[in-house]
This record gives sequence, structure tokens and C-alpha cells, in this order.
Amino acid sequence: MENPYLPYPVRIDSITTETEDRNLKTFKFVFLNPEDEAKFAYTPGQFAELSIAGKGEIPIGIASSPTEKGFIAFTVNKVGKVTTHLHNMREGDVMGVRGPLGNWYPWEQMEGKNVVIVGGGFAFTTLRSSIIYMLEPENRSRFENITVVYGARSPGMLLYKDELMAWEKRDDLDMHITVDATDDPDWKYNVGFVPAITEEKVTSAENAVAIVCGPPIMIRFTQPVLEKLGFPPENIILSLENRMKCGIGMCGRCNIGEKLVCKDGPVFSLAELKELPPDY
Amino acid sequence: MSAKIFSKDEWAGVLEGLKDAYEVYVPVKEGDFHNFRPLKEGTRPSFEFQNTRMSPKFLTEPQSERMFEYTLDKNQPDAHILKEDEKEIPPRAVVGIRPCDAFAFQLVKRNFDTPRYKDPYWLKRYEATTFVGLGCNDPCETCFCASAGSGPFDRKGLDVLLYDLGDAYLAQPLTDKGEALLEKTDGGKEADEASWKKAQGLTRQVAGKGSRRVSTDKLREKDVNALYEAPFWEDVAFSCINCGTCTFLCPTCWCFDIQDEVQMLPMVGDRMRNWDSCMFPLFTLHGSGHNPRSSKTERVRQRFMHKLKYYVDKYDDGIQCVGCGRCVQFCPVNIDIREIAEKMNAL
Ligand SMILES: Cc1cc2nc3c(=O)[nH]c(=O)nc-3n(C[C@H](O)[C@H](O)[C@H](O)COP(=O)(O)OP(=O)(O)OC[C@H]3O[C@@H](n4cnc5c(N)ncnc54)[C@H](O)[C@@H]3O)c2cc1C
Ligand code: SF4
Ligand code: SF4
Ligand code: FES
Repeated sequence: MENPYLPYPVRIDSITTETEDRNLKTFKFVFLNPEDEAKFAYTPGQFAELSIAGKGEIPIGIASSPTEKGFIAFTVNKVGKVTTHLHNMREGDVMGVRGPLGNWYPWEQMEGKNVVIVGGGFAFTTLRSSIIYMLEPENRSRFENITVVYGARSPGMLLYKDELMAWEKRDDLDMHITVDATDDPDWKYNVGFVPAITEEKVTSAENAVAIVCGPPIMIRFTQPVLEKLGFPPENIILSLENRMKCGIGMCGRCNIGEKLVCKDGPVFSLAELKELPPDY
Repeated sequence: MSAKIFSKDEWAGVLEGLKDAYEVYVPVKEGDFHNFRPLKEGTRPSFEFQNTRMSPKFLTEPQSERMFEYTLDKNQPDAHILKEDEKEIPPRAVVGIRPCDAFAFQLVKRNFDTPRYKDPYWLKRYEATTFVGLGCNDPCETCFCASAGSGPFDRKGLDVLLYDLGDAYLAQPLTDKGEALLEKTDGGKEADEASWKKAQGLTRQVAGKGSRRVSTDKLREKDVNALYEAPFWEDVAFSCINCGTCTFLCPTCWCFDIQDEVQMLPMVGDRMRNWDSCMFPLFTLHGSGHNPRSSKTERVRQRFMHKLKYYVDKYDDGIQCVGCGRCVQFCPVNIDIREIAEKMNAL
């Protein structure tokens, strides 16, 4: 019997510090057994359990895109026991990755539609995966306009800065970078909270699906903006982060009503969430 | 193979004999209560009990079990790589399990045996186990099995059903596994007409006494959010001390935690899984400090909503409770699932 709790062994290939407070790092992993890469076939929006022997496991969204080959990447915020230990590990160290887990953004539903991506803070990880995925030449034509609003507290807190700047220059993607505040006189992007910038830049819900990931407060204020624009709840897509252990629907802790966020989610439409008790 | 009858005088020998083919679990008296224990040299089985205090769920989900082991010694080529614990589970038989507790395994199996994932630890143990049930001549006061899809002589989840006829046990095989077990027993004789009559009389007599009825028929049709927002949760939870006894003893509570344990010299470790409880605040605490079920009212509501609504909606085949009555009997503040089911059903 296959053991769904057994992680694939991986080696840390590179570690990049993303933010000025040094609390967010991106880890690129390479599978120790090359044949495991094919078994780890994933779709943007899914997550995995990062497993450190002696410390435990943590659920983390997959930040790389399946169109990027040879590695998988995760961006991890330092908050507690396992994340702190991971931040202290080095390139070359061996650990484990278990997955891919959960569902993914509704790519079929989004086909032929305008895609609006709204992200805040460090919850941008699976959105990065999604953008890279959609921009891949073989995929780009499957979607109409792509609009991205991404914000952080300050310029130094933005993830994936080089990529953001590159996306900003492209004409097949409408990129809006924003920060809550900055005293940098050279800052040439937006200043303002994500919901406000969304209201300003996103002008229509026509034939569009919105994916929203960010801190609860950002989600709370973005939701009415989207609803006012005319997005029906079925077309507002959210990703949830309940506490998890098993990641495969067995340990019981991540439930919202009868749904298990690890297995039935983490991606839900607002319409689905409205049917469920608000245990998140 | 047909049913067999064993006199109580030969019963201890029958159990001993089963040890050649099985790891045998029997009820044993410990202080004021009974629990299932492996039959070893010196174990004294005792079948004079209503039900065991601990549920037999440990047979498929031990309170604590090793999932993986590993070395942290960097000089070893496999340092930090998890290895499956290759422990074989020998054939085992649990003798004297009550029908409600056997039925509980059927409910719990839905959680561990899914189309997308199979839990190898739970399933390996489940498949290795033969369930030899003992009908209830004298159901507990706190039980309500007949309202929970089971009953004093219910056969679901059993491989053999034993009827206690006073001076003998009538053993009726119900599955191939049960037949195989009876074939391996020494002694006994083929059940005669008179014993069958006696067993049937017993079933009728117990059914006639009637266990407490609890209404659950309207739970499926209720609106989940209306139940969630029901006005009575604050009251229901008021006296709860979040001790976790209810989930600890419950045969249909399966939630678990996964933890790593390490030891120095040599630097090795295990990944363990341990029973956990939705009654504890840490169960759902986010890394950020946010907790979707931070108050005891929310946690008590979760326990009852899971058993009496979420599970009901998810599988559309009854409640996630077999009516064993343990939580009713042992809750230190007398929170009674039967009253809560009535409240929910009547909302
Ligand atoms: C689907 C999903 C995707 C996610 N994606 C990302 C992502 O892309 N990037 C990211 O950075 N994060 C992500 N997260 C969040 C991430 O999983 C958590 O931040 C992480 O699990 C924290 O782990 P930790 O061991 O560092 O924290 P913990 O050590 O668990 O600490 C968290 C808190 O829990 C409490 N706690 C835990 N265990 C104990 C204990 N034994 N005793 C007492 N208190 C305890 C403490 O109060 C502590 O402050 C995601 C979560 C989910 C569910
Ligand atoms: S046994 Fe009773 S007091 Fe203890 S957690 Fe359960 S309901 Fe609360
Ligand atoms: S909820 Fe109570 S009565 Fe129902 S199976 Fe669990 S312990 Fe028994
Ligand atoms: S994390 Fe275990 S059930 Fe979802």
C-alpha cells in the first residue's frame, strides 16, 4: 500500500532572502531521486508539506510553476518552530517534501476569461506560480486579459521583486504594484492599500474571474470592491490557510463544516464559502 | 461452517487455543472497569462487563504510534531521510467486543479508506483483525445504540457474534474471516436447535426492554448554518471544562496529531502520531496566532456538529456516533449527547 505520509527526499538547492526584515526566504528544492519529480506533478494553487526530520511538517503553498522544470520552490515566513528551523538550514541540506496536496485554482473555469489576481503580503506565493504558468507561451492564449494587483507594507516587503519589475514592463499582463506607504522618493509604482488600488485599476467584472490571496483584513476589504464591480460569488476565488497536520483529510483539524481545507480546498469560491459555517 | 456452542467451562481453553493463530485481545477487569488487553501468560479474561471503559479503537489507531524513523547523524548516508516502520501486524482477534464498538470501525473506516488516499497504518491493522462480538444481554443505562444505527445484537462490522446463554456461548460466524476463526477453535460442538431458540429468545427479550430512543431523523434536512448559529451552544458548552474525556473514550473519534521525537546519542528520531482532540485550543491554532475555534463554545459546537451534522451531510448515512454512551457516562459535568441531538433535531 502506498504511504501518503512518506515525503520525497529533497536537497536544498538555493535559498533567497526575499524581504528586508529577512523573515521571508524562498527555498528551491531538487529531488534526490530524479524520478520523484514526475510523481510530484502539480497544478498552481496546490500546496505541499515540507518535512524536516526531528522538527515536523508544515503546509506551504507551491510558489514555483509546473512549467519551471528541475526544481520546486516555496517561500516561507518565519513564525514558529519548523519555519524558524528551516530558515536556519543551508544549501545542500537534505529534507523532505510531501505532496502535491489539495485542489488548485479553477483553471478550466478561467479558460477564455479575463483573470484578475489580487494579492497581499506573503500570500503571493501560489499567485506567483499562477502568473508564471499563465504567461508560458503555450498557456497564455487560453486566457484573455490578465490583471494583477499586488501590494505589501513597504517596497522592502515585496516578494519576487525582480520578477515584479519584469512583469510591469510586459504588455501581455497588466501589473499594478503597490505599497501601503514609502518614503523612497524614487518609488515609481502605486502607493495605497490593495483594496483601494483594486477599485482604481480593475474596471470591469465582465467575463472575469478574480483570485484573492492575502491577510484576512485585505480579503475583508477587497471582497466588497469586487462585489461592487459585479463579480458574482462563484467568480471570486479564495485560498484558505487552516492549521493542518496530515494534509490528506485524515487528522480532522482543518475542517470548515463538512469540508476539509487540506483536501477539498485550500481553494474555494466565495459562493462555496457562503454555504459553510465560518470556521476559518 | 455452522454455528458452534462452547460451554463456559471450556471457554478459557478456547481463547488460549486461538493464540496459536492470532494475537488475542480480551476484556480484563482493571479496578472498577474493564479494558481490552492482549491475552498473555497470566492474563485473566473477564466477560462479566457491560462495556469496556476505553473503546477498542486502539486496535486500529493506537494512542501513540510510530510512523517513520530516521537518523540525524550526518555521517550516515541516509541522514534526515524518513524510513517506513516496517512492523508486520500479525493476525489478531478481539473477542468480546460489543456490537456498537464493532460498528464504530465501519464509520471510522470512511475517514481512513478514501478513493484518493488510504491510510496504511489504520488499514493494515483493520485488515489483520477478526472481530468476535458479544451481544448485549444487559445494555448500559447510558447507551442508545438502537437510535444510532446499531443495536445489542447488531452484526455490522462483526465476523462472529457470540450469544451469552448463561452456561455457554453460541458462536455464529458472519463472514469468511469469522468462519476461519471458528475452524481454528478447539472444543465446542455444533449448535443445536435448543441453543438457537435460547439465543433468539434472548434477542427478543433485550429488544423488548428497549434502549433509550434519541431522535436524529431531521438532522440531514436542517440547514447547516442555522444549526451552527443555534441559540443553545452557549448553554450546552457552559459547564464543559474541555478535558477531552469524551473524544478520548469515543470509538468514533479519530482525530490525531503528528509529532517528531528525537533522542541524542545516537542521534535518531521517530515521527509519531498521537490521538488529538477538537476540545483542545491548540488543535486549530494558526501559526499567526489566529484561531478559528478559540473559545470552548466553538469547540463543543464543533464536536457535536461533526458527529450530528457534518458527518451526516458528508456521507448521507447516519450519524458519527454508535450510541455506546461512554461520553455520557464519563463526562465530569454530565454533558449528554442524547439531549444535544434532541435539541439539534428539534431546531
Ligand atoms: C494551505 C496552506 C498554505 C500555506 N502557505 C504558506 C506559504 O506559502 N508560506 C508561508 O510562510 N506560510 C504558509 N502557510 C502557513 C504555514 O503553514 C505556517 O506558518 C506554519 O505551519 C507555521 O509552522 P511553525 O512550526 O513555524 O509554527 P508553530 O511552531 O506551529 O507555531 C505556530 C504557533 O502555534 C503554537 N504552537 C504550535 N505547536 C505548539 C506546541 N506544541 N505547544 C504550544 N504551542 C504550540 C504556538 O503558539 C506558535 O506560535 C500555509 C498554510 C496553509 C494551511
Ligand atoms: S468530557 Fe465533558 S467536560 Fe470533558 S471535554 Fe467532553 S464535554 Fe467537555
Ligand atoms: S459520541 Fe459518545 S455515545 Fe457516541 S460513539 Fe462517541 S462516546 Fe459513544
Ligand atoms: S490537515 Fe489533516 S484533515 Fe486536513
